[in-house]
Amino acid sequence: MDIVLEALTHTYPGGVTALQDVSFTLRAGEAVAIVGQNGAGKTTLVKHLNGLLLPTSGTVRLGETDTRRRSVAQMAAQVGYVFQNPDDQLFQPTVAREVAFGPHNLRWPAARAVAATAAALEAAGLTAVADRHPYDLAPSERKRVALAAVLAMETPIIVLDEPTTGQDYAGVARIGGLVDDLIAHGRTVITVTHDLDFCAEHFARVIVMGQGRVLLDGPARAVLAQADVLAQTDVEPPQLMRLAAQLPWGDAPLPLTVADFVATWIGRS
Amino acid sequence: MLTLDHVTYRYPNTERPALRDLSLTIPAGQFCAVVGANGAGKSTLAYTLAGFVPHFYHGTLTGAVTVAGLNTASVTLADLVRRVGLVFQNPYNQISGTKFTVREEVAFGLENLGVPRAEMLERIAATMQLTGIAALAERSPLTLSGGQMQRVALASVLAMQPQVLVLDEPASQLDPIGTREVLAAVQALAASRRITVVLIEHKLEWVAAFADRVLVLADGALVADGPPAEVLASDVLLTHAAGQTRYTQAARLARAQGGWPANQPLPVTLPQAVAAFQAARP
Repeated sequence: MDIVLEALTHTYPGGVTALQDVSFTLRAGEAVAIVGQNGAGKTTLVKHLNGLLLPTSGTVRLGETDTRRRSVAQMAAQVGYVFQNPDDQLFQPTVAREVAFGPHNLRWPAARAVAATAAALEAAGLTAVADRHPYDLAPSERKRVALAAVLAMETPIIVLDEPTTGQDYAGVARIGGLVDDLIAHGRTVITVTHDLDFCAEHFARVIVMGQGRVLLDGPARAVLAQADVLAQTDVEPPQLMRLAAQLPWGDAPLPLTVADFVATWIGRS
Repeated sequence: MLTLDHVTYRYPNTERPALRDLSLTIPAGQFCAVVGANGAGKSTLAYTLAGFVPHFYHGTLTGAVTVAGLNTASVTLADLVRRVGLVFQNPYNQISGTKFTVREEVAFGLENLGVPRAEMLERIAATMQLTGIAALAERSPLTLSGGQMQRVALASVLAMQPQVLVLDEPASQLDPIGTREVLAAVQALAASRRITVVLIEHKLEWVAAFADRVLVLADGALVADGPPAEVLASDVLLTHAAGQTRYTQAARLARAQGGWPANQPLPVTLPQAVAAFQAARP
């Protein structure tokens, strides 16, 4: 199912216009990262994807239907949204019950709900802490509980708002692997992130936002190379692109991953 | 300055120590980073330096923690708060939630310390300038983005002019340029006011660029301690899953494929990587 944004503008009740005339289509199965400075409108934008916010003007369509015509509950079955701050999301007394809440609420048969819960706990690396209280866990683990709770609902579209915040090296790698896996299974994954290395390694398409508008939208390699446009919105290219830019790189493709970088570097000998 | 002398700590009702026999000294003016996997004891160390361990979390603390001349166990949190500033990982745990504007939020700690009004206004203005939130002064803290909130949390602590500043991932929600600005401001303060800075950070590119010294924690113990160029390129980080910069990863992979001279050190910053890859050019 595609998500189509047409001339989306959003003005908050206080009068701040967070999004201005934003148009693009997120196609089913795409991995899309949204980057940009603090206050660029990234979170406001993704909150429109599951109907948490509705446009002040313009439209957001999920498939054929305008999000204004769907309830938040209907949207939740299609679009899973993992909040930036897990404490905005968690409310159950154990990790397992938190993760099982979505499947239960969707009134799935018990066998399917149990299987989905177990798979989500495993994918988020939480099986060992399934019986603990979410608030007894470290913030980084709590963040993965919020992620698992959304994974368990098996929505075709998943939105991750700053998924790597507070995660260690292994945690970031785990979330990256999970994104790759979701994409391999045909799901749509949309993330908001400040981690440009994570973005380069796992997201094929990058949308750059600044002051409520789309500054760039295209394949990661082409978008992330435009250091001057990224700088307008307080973003820097990923580490290896900055490195390649200062080395004799010729017209070889700019590196998105460590393997890309080394293959090109060694290949030039 | 701060000193840990054989510090071991267990949270209440736990067997496994969260900190194991830590001994170290961080001199005034040093910018020291702490890295390690989640669960290694980094946040517990931050709480220990600020006195939340043992005064708030209780549990069993052995050994001595001396911060800005005070033994943390034998003074109160009120004594410590004038000298040690802790910026929490989650800025929503930092702010009072009772103030209508960012300016009032930054003033909150100073009011509690009884700072005279004229000095208070001066400190608030200077701190908001330094942390890049002057334009947000009249906004409600509750309407800010996560990154803006982190700047307010940092400002509210810096305004109190602590001698020791402990930062637990203070820029995790800031954009890249914002992170650079905030850490540069902290670095300048460390140098100009001789503030001791302890930065807990997963993003090693920032650690490499700003820290004078890096401590690596694993399972509550100190497993490496030294300058960033040495520690961040070492195998200790791999052993203890503390991560590496992409520069170091690329050099390691190039080395594994024979594209790196045996005696060439692994780079940890962008300038080091540029120089090293130029020199290692196949």
